[in-house]
Amino acid sequence: MNNTEKEGAFKLEEKNIIEINAAPNNKPLNYKVLNEKIHEAIKNNHKKIILKDVCGQRFIGASLQGDLEIIINGLPGNDLGIFMDGPKIMVNGNCEDHAGNTMNDGTIIIHGNAGDVVGLSARGGKIYIKKDVGYRIGIHIKEYESKYPIIIIGGTAKDFLGEYMAGGLILVLGLKFCLDGTVIESDQPICGNLLGTGIHRGKIILRTEKDFTAKLGVGAKIFEISEAEKNEIEPFIKEFCDIFNIPYDIISKKPFKVIKPISKRPFGGNYCGQII
Amino acid sequence: MSLSHNIPSYFHIKVDRESCKKCKRCTTHCSYGALSFNGERIVADDSKCVACQRCVVMCPGSAIRIVKNESFLPPHGNYTRRIRNILWAQSGNGGVLLSATGNDRPIRTIFDDLLLDACQVTNPSIDPLRETIETKIFFGRKPKKLEFLTDKKDSTKITLKTEFMPNFEIDMPIMIGHMSLGSISYNTCMAIYQASKELNILAGSGEGGLHPDFYEYGSNIITEIASGRFGVDINYLHKAAGIEIKIGQGAKPGHGGHLPGEKVNSLISQTRMIPKGSDALSPYPHHDVYSIEDLAQLIAALKEATRYKVPIGVKIAAVHNSAPIAVGIVRGGADFLTIDGFRGGTGAAPRIIRDHAGIPIELAIAAVDERLRQENLRDEITLVAGGSIRYSADLIKIIALGADVAMCCMPVLIAMGCRVCQQCFRGLCSWGIATQQEYLVKRLDIDVARNRIINLFHSWNEELKEVLGAMGIDSVESLRSNRDRLRYIGPNPKIAEILGVKHAGE
Amino acid sequence: MKWKNYTCLPKQFRNERIFDGCGISGYINIDGTKDNGKKIIDMLCILNERENGLGAGFAAYGIYPKYKDYYALHFLFDNEQSKERVLNYLEDIGYLIQSEPIPTKTPMDVSNSPIIWRAFYEPRQKKGISSDEQVVQLVMEINEKFEGAFIMSSGKNMGVFKGNGWSHEIAEYYKIIDYKAYMWLAHSRFPTNTPGWWGGAHPFNLLNTSVVHNGEITSYGTNMRYLESFGYKCTLFTDTEVIAYLIDLLCRKHGIPIPIASIALAPPLFDEIEQMDKKYQIALKSIRATYRSAMLNGPFSIVVGFANPVPTLFGLTDRKKLRPLVAGISEDENTLFLSSEEASFKRLIIDSNGLYTFKKIWHLKSGTAIIARLDEGLIREGFEEPFKNIKLTVTGI
Repeated sequence: MNNTEKEGAFKLEEKNIIEINAAPNNKPLNYKVLNEKIHEAIKNNHKKIILKDVCGQRFIGASLQGDLEIIINGLPGNDLGIFMDGPKIMVNGNCEDHAGNTMNDGTIIIHGNAGDVVGLSARGGKIYIKKDVGYRIGIHIKEYESKYPIIIIGGTAKDFLGEYMAGGLILVLGLKFCLDGTVIESDQPICGNLLGTGIHRGKIILRTEKDFTAKLGVGAKIFEISEAEKNEIEPFIKEFCDIFNIPYDIISKKPFKVIKPISKRPFGGNYCGQII
Repeated sequence: MSLSHNIPSYFHIKVDRESCKKCKRCTTHCSYGALSFNGERIVADDSKCVACQRCVVMCPGSAIRIVKNESFLPPHGNYTRRIRNILWAQSGNGGVLLSATGNDRPIRTIFDDLLLDACQVTNPSIDPLRETIETKIFFGRKPKKLEFLTDKKDSTKITLKTEFMPNFEIDMPIMIGHMSLGSISYNTCMAIYQASKELNILAGSGEGGLHPDFYEYGSNIITEIASGRFGVDINYLHKAAGIEIKIGQGAKPGHGGHLPGEKVNSLISQTRMIPKGSDALSPYPHHDVYSIEDLAQLIAALKEATRYKVPIGVKIAAVHNSAPIAVGIVRGGADFLTIDGFRGGTGAAPRIIRDHAGIPIELAIAAVDERLRQENLRDEITLVAGGSIRYSADLIKIIALGADVAMCCMPVLIAMGCRVCQQCFRGLCSWGIATQQEYLVKRLDIDVARNRIINLFHSWNEELKEVLGAMGIDSVESLRSNRDRLRYIGPNPKIAEILGVKHAGE
Repeated sequence: MKWKNYTCLPKQFRNERIFDGCGISGYINIDGTKDNGKKIIDMLCILNERENGLGAGFAAYGIYPKYKDYYALHFLFDNEQSKERVLNYLEDIGYLIQSEPIPTKTPMDVSNSPIIWRAFYEPRQKKGISSDEQVVQLVMEINEKFEGAFIMSSGKNMGVFKGNGWSHEIAEYYKIIDYKAYMWLAHSRFPTNTPGWWGGAHPFNLLNTSVVHNGEITSYGTNMRYLESFGYKCTLFTDTEVIAYLIDLLCRKHGIPIPIASIALAPPLFDEIEQMDKKYQIALKSIRATYRSAMLNGPFSIVVGFANPVPTLFGLTDRKKLRPLVAGISEDENTLFLSSEEASFKRLIIDSNGLYTFKKIWHLKSGTAIIARLDEGLIREGFEEPFKNIKLTVTGI
């Protein structure tokens, strides 16, 4: 029994909950139609929207604001939560590419794998992915004042993790989720090549004992984790473990490594302003 | 750098010792550090001078003149001074050379080889002062056709079934191009937005976000979604008249952007929503657009995010294959398409790209217009053309070649006082235009600048009407793509062929 | 000067726009009564100050009742070979019901005439394409690609007769007086250059739409390029061809009712639109924005004959009223006349010794259509607000 089903045990009679079937008569709705239904539900003051049988519909949660919860049963399409500013989206399953694209605030929780380019240019909010992710995760995420984007990946990531990173936190745990519900260490490399290439702010934290110096991208450097950083990530990891039913004690079995920029201006010396 | 490798200066600052009052005003006005006072007299450092003319204008005794450095290099027709300077600069620094404004190479301008038609006998010209000539434009996507249903029993009952798509009405076929707060100053932005609202034309935000002070002008602003997504939030999407996805820029096709951290002061930080002092890097591509269907997806995402209320467009640089790319973009759902020619401006771009990449806007627009027509897509979209629309003649010619709207930036900056010294990327603009330094920004009076922009475009629009009148056309819609009214007098018949314009005399 | 080609412009004039001043006339009998050609000839020939002997023509509706279900193709051929090629081609792709010379006066007193031919034709049924569209494509194909051949008209139960000469010569040559039609259009030319090609005379026709036109369209390039994206081939380099195709596009292809199509061709000024009710504003702005390339600019007056779905006579001038058009309705209100000059009407009165009288004669408002339909009568008088007498509904408001 995992959280998925716990979350699913909602009470329909609660006034502000609505269920929307994304595939009435087994025919998946066009994304425009589905999103229009979501907007209608919001207009009618529904605070919790449950989507049934989602099948690749894009832009769910696009630019939505405020106190709102969307539970997606099925497979949301690209650009899940694009430009989102506050709501919470939970996906019971995998999702496609570009989840949390240019997100300003809010939470996206994926009970499965995610595709490529998760959290592109996100300025704030949290994206928690239970299992593995693809390429260019957390590319160009930024931070600003109280905004601090956090991406946590339970499994492993591929190449260009945190490319152009300009703030925030990316955390990769390197776990594997067995069919029987047990959680073990992943047998895959925790990240791909050109890790943090062009990073000029923020940090990437990997849970691994392996040496990955060769994978570092331009401007990225490996540091040992400090006490302050350990304290910073602890509540997020606890929250992550709680959401995805991960026994917290497994986390401490491997050390954390921190990747930070060498400088704020990785390519500063690359240009010349001489008067010609 | 050893003295033996100093690059000879272009300019020589002449201070007339007799009329110089030694008030030292020039030394405070020169933001490039070319002028100083040594306790006895004004000292000029020619190597730092960019000929921005600030000192010349500000000297109360009119004692300063900037002249060409007469000490010239041994002449060589192939290894020009420019090429030698490039080589010296690179061998001294080892980096990619930066540049600003548009391509300054002396490449023949096609606009100058085009002549306009006028009415004689077979139809009358129109007096634009006393009779109506219309220059209003609908900015956005149009349906291919309107569907009218006539009632079967009562033929006077007619229903217009087609719902009109979001279109923005502007009073002149003019858009001030995208210049971000960052590349230009707050005062410059404010003057541009105020003038745009007053004139009811459009202005681009650039990709630097939209400062809350500018929200009230949002109904005349097209915000830009570039690869860096700076300052993109709900307000940015919802306050604007339209949104443009920037794929490329004429001055630097295929290149990203880079606002150095030192320019990111609290104002820029607030607008771009990044911490003070941090570099603002725009990745080379959009990392959610690796292919045409991804672009269609981003267009769709923006339409979803704005609930289909504003037009969403795409800007590309004019490159070799602009025509098929344009078709893909229109098919991808763009409501407007902006093409930026190779002479288009920039606040900072690698010189190698600015000077050598892309194609002229005249050819690109002609090719794109023609290709969109072949696919029967042209009339559905608004086609915006930029990349050195220098004055009203260029505006008129580009519309006759097929553009709906002409986009320009440099004329606006020049109207405000820019002397085209081409040092924008250094952030030291002595006229308060391309700088973020408080003491320099203050130099640009918003009211004066705004009025000068208003005057400029008022004059362009009047000149457009004069030409339309002379052509016997009373609405700018009938000039668009009316290549019949252009003739070519340049040396290359192939150009005329691509433009679809006959040679003069034909 | 003698030209060898009648069916296309002489080489040295190709690619050159032809400008002409003109006289235009037309009328419709609302009850469908058919007249012989006398009235229309009289109406046109009185306007002889407006022509210079370089082209005239007539369009007549209702002249082929026997073959009313077939496309009546009126041809000009340079020679026998081109005729054979075209007729063989027609038999390949459709059915030639009847193929015969158009009766002409002999000996010819119109210099250098081509072979004048007509064929009643039905295209072979093709899936996904209407026979109208097939005929349009056929016309485009033959006029563009078949050397020495030109289709003058392609409607049903109607035909265009035109050529190089004075209006009275052309009328006599084609024996216009012998045809019986309920609707007539006529045109005489004053071209600025002298290529004596017959196809370039008016009326211009496509299917059932025939246009006679006076003036010059300054938006030609814009209109032409717009039409080309819908597959029209503007090979004749005249404004009138463009007008005929625009009307075909708007009315037949896009199914827009004539009163509204006329708005697209000569829309109200934005200043006027701003004064109107919101509903009309939306409709007019939609029309202006969507059909911005269909707008006709420059001086023009046109008279258009139309037979699909209902035979209609339609007149329009430019928005600034730079070309004349006068309307007159007969005493019995059965006939609507349009002409460049009122003299055309006066001629009819004089001719009948004052027996034929007019109930009303009036000048049109600029940019405002006058429309009369068979059976229905005068439905717009040419000075109404754009949506007068139309119960307009706009979806979405």
